[in-house]
Amino acid sequence: MAKSFLSIERLTQQFPDGQGGTLTVFENASFGIEKGEFVCILGHSGCGKSTIMNILAGLAEPTSGVVKMDGFEVSGPSLDRGVVFQNYSLLPWLSALKNVTFGVRARYPDWSKSKVEDHAREYLAMVGLDGDVVHRKPSQLSGGMRQRVSIARAFANHPKLLLLDEPFGALDALTRGTIQDELLKIWSGTEQTVFMITHDIDEAILLADRILLMTNGPFARVAESVEITIPRPRNRTEIIEHPNYYAIRNHLVQFLGTRSKELAGKKSDEADNRPETVRIDKTATAPAEADPEPAARLRAVND
Amino acid sequence: MLDNLSVNQRAALLSVVMLVVGLLFWETAIPAQKAAAELTEYERLTGGGAPKAGVPPPSQVIAKAWEQLSNPFYDAGPNDKGIGIQIGYSIYRVLTGYILAAMVAIPLGFLIGMSQVAYKAFNPFIQVLRPISPLAWMPLALFVIQDSEASAIFVIFICSIWPMLLNTAFGVAGVREDWVNVARTHELGSFRTAFTVILPAAAPTIITGMRISIGIAWLVIVAAEMLVGGTGIGYYVWNEWNNLDLTSVIFSILMIGVVGMLLDAAFGVLQRAVAYAE
Ligand SMILES: Nc1ncnc2c1ncn2[C@@H]1O[C@H](COP(=O)(O)OP(=O)(O)OP(=O)(O)O)[C@@H](O)[C@H]1O
Ligand SMILES: [Mg+2]
Repeated sequence: MAKSFLSIERLTQQFPDGQGGTLTVFENASFGIEKGEFVCILGHSGCGKSTIMNILAGLAEPTSGVVKMDGFEVSGPSLDRGVVFQNYSLLPWLSALKNVTFGVRARYPDWSKSKVEDHAREYLAMVGLDGDVVHRKPSQLSGGMRQRVSIARAFANHPKLLLLDEPFGALDALTRGTIQDELLKIWSGTEQTVFMITHDIDEAILLADRILLMTNGPFARVAESVEITIPRPRNRTEIIEHPNYYAIRNHLVQFLGTRSKELAGKKSDEADNRPETVRIDKTATAPAEADPEPAARLRAVND
Repeated sequence: MLDNLSVNQRAALLSVVMLVVGLLFWETAIPAQKAAAELTEYERLTGGGAPKAGVPPPSQVIAKAWEQLSNPFYDAGPNDKGIGIQIGYSIYRVLTGYILAAMVAIPLGFLIGMSQVAYKAFNPFIQVLRPISPLAWMPLALFVIQDSEASAIFVIFICSIWPMLLNTAFGVAGVREDWVNVARTHELGSFRTAFTVILPAAAPTIITGMRISIGIAWLVIVAAEMLVGGTGIGYYVWNEWNNLDLTSVIFSILMIGVVGMLLDAAFGVLQRAVAYAE
């Protein structure tokens, strides 16, 4: 298989379990993400999604295994990998605007003060924050507003890889929809690669080129990689009419409902735990099949 | 009628009532000196007619305060200086020792807070040195430094260093990892991380330490100046006691309280400025 833009090779993570033993969150997990791809990962709470993301971000060291981006091993965090943390991680002593300019200044140190501020305001406006709100401190913002500031901070930095940990979790359906659209707009206009954790199946189908499915922990595995065979641009109301929509959705629901448990807790005997590729396409003449060695994937048509 | 007042107004009213009652009680509790004509033969022979050094009534203290505060900066020789000059000396010593202590304690506290090794290495020394009464250093300081002024400053330095050191270390060690991760994902160097993330995050704890330190320094300077003498509010209290001028003693005690309160209030303002809600 050709080297992916981001390749995760035999990642194992163990933690002390608090009773003197070790807790193996996942073992020998391997998968790849192509340049420009939008990948979502689904799995039950506690299976290790945030742990994987922290390793991809370079914030945590895995017990063993390597992550390579563009052929180089990831060691430590980088501005090329922007993170939206699960708990927003805004700096509470700075206003919303200052939280964003904090990031922009780090990314573009030679920009003038006003250019940094304009850029930050542009991204805040993109997530629906403008006017006086931008001068409020995080403690004076609602959970959803905080999340949006955190999204603006990551997007404003144009990282090559965006790592999003449940970025829309605290948003109401309407705001969520708007920001999903913004995210797709930003992503499709650039060469950015997105790796996103979510608990929302419909959101994952709407956004992703591919969905990774994780079994329950401990010894969680990235068991399947489900291709979303619905052409772009996708639209919230139209995709549900696509013949593949419910087929894919049912597959995902069924995985999370039953198979994530059945597959859980199995130690890997083989060295490499690669996800099985699942391609469900009712529009094609060929029946749905599992393809263990997919060819290098092309970016899905999105315009 | 009281119901119409706000909590603050009611509290202020109560404070004034307590003050007036207290002063009246004090004023009436002091027995007036007997006139010489009323003294018996025996009393006159035993010296009872000489004015006795008693606790002065508040009216005298207030008169003294008025007299002193209307000309606080006069200087009529080594044993007769205005209260303003004396307090000025004390504040100068406190601030010098205190600023020197902050210059050592805050960087060192950063180091101890950031590094487990540094914490473990420094901890035994801190634990032994911290409980030592600052005045216990005085003889050693006088001997080594050979200068009473510098020794007083040293004593302030040594007493104000500990709360600042420990609070800085505690504040820095307690900075949420999430915030440090924000700095890391933005590739900030350690210097910029320290100034733009750790310092503001730990600032409320650090300022609390500084506030405790300035309070202790102000307590200690009075005692230190009683020992080294020469100038300062502590020396002034002691000198007036030697003169048996209790009015001045009481007045200067009040001034020590007022200055201490102002120093504390200044740090209170600073504390509010750096506070943040999570
Ligand atoms: N620092 C740590 N020390 C010990 N155990 C940890 C640590 N971090 C995570 N874990 C454990 O690893 C497992 C995976 O945690 P993780 O946060 O990755 O879950 P998650 O999939 O992101 O869950 P959620 O969807 O609820 O966010 C959990 O069982 C958790 O208890
Ligand atoms: Mg998580």
